[in-house]
Amino acid sequence: MLIDWMAFTPWTALAGGVLIGIAAAMLVLLNGRIAGVSGIVGGLLKPAMGDVAWRAAFVAGLIAAPFVYTLLAPLPTIQIDAGHSALVLAGLLVGMGTRYGSGCTSGHGVCGVSRLSRRSLVATATFMAAGFVTVFVLRHLLGVVGVGP
Amino acid sequence: MIVFASLLAGLVFGLGLIASGMANPAKVLGFLDLVGRWDPSLVFVMGGAIAVGAIAFFFARRRTVSLLGAAMKLPTARHVDRRLVVGSLLFGVGWGVAGFCPGPALVALGLGEAKALLFVVAMLVGMGVFEVLERHRRRRRPNRADVLPGQEVVT
Repeated sequence: MLIDWMAFTPWTALAGGVLIGIAAAMLVLLNGRIAGVSGIVGGLLKPAMGDVAWRAAFVAGLIAAPFVYTLLAPLPTIQIDAGHSALVLAGLLVGMGTRYGSGCTSGHGVCGVSRLSRRSLVATATFMAAGFVTVFVLRHLLGVVGVGP
Repeated sequence: MIVFASLLAGLVFGLGLIASGMANPAKVLGFLDLVGRWDPSLVFVMGGAIAVGAIAFFFARRRTVSLLGAAMKLPTARHVDRRLVVGSLLFGVGWGVAGFCPGPALVALGLGEAKALLFVVAMLVGMGVFEVLERHRRRRRPNRADVLPGQEVVT
């Protein structure tokens, strides 16, 4: 294992992580809800009375975040190497997988691990391992870096 | 108030994703690439978030209503089942293919990235497929569906 010291940004990562934790704290302490993005979005696909507005508002907040960020600091650039077919495949897998697994990086990885939920610890270990193996196979066995056209 | 608090939480969550680098798929893949040149930053993102989250959930667990008077909807399922593991496996593979998980994809959508839009549409289709399959399964086995864990409010 070789650490990429040029890319390593511990302080902004920690600060961003604390903000994510504060957001999860706000949602659970103010609204009594788990800040799990896949569950919040998934709930919008089977709308129930009185259960739509808070979900839509949370998603709107996420989408509006880049705009608000520009008012405070210059936006960091992001780089999406995956090609179109890879993005479609990845999106389908993430959509189905997070719903079957009842959560994603936020709901299981942040909130669930914070609660020391056994289900979330298992889910987090599983998707992390799957992510590590997938990148290993794509980059180092198949030699695909950008992943497809 | 509930809706406004939710908007604010989503906004702070998104700002955290941008500041931390999680909204950048190239950085996420740099973390998932253990064998190449590894970027450990995401360990710090998770560490920061979990440290704050653990304090919040310590207090949340002791409450029956939220500060704004809403019911506390904390997950109650304890059972680790095949759905949890297989679902998480599929998710992890998808995460490793593109470097996007749901939150960062929505933030990247707000950045006006066309590729993020493509991912989000595919993700919504994937979630839609899940809903259709679930409805089908519930119709086939109406007695089992409600007791199966994994369908609770968790994310």
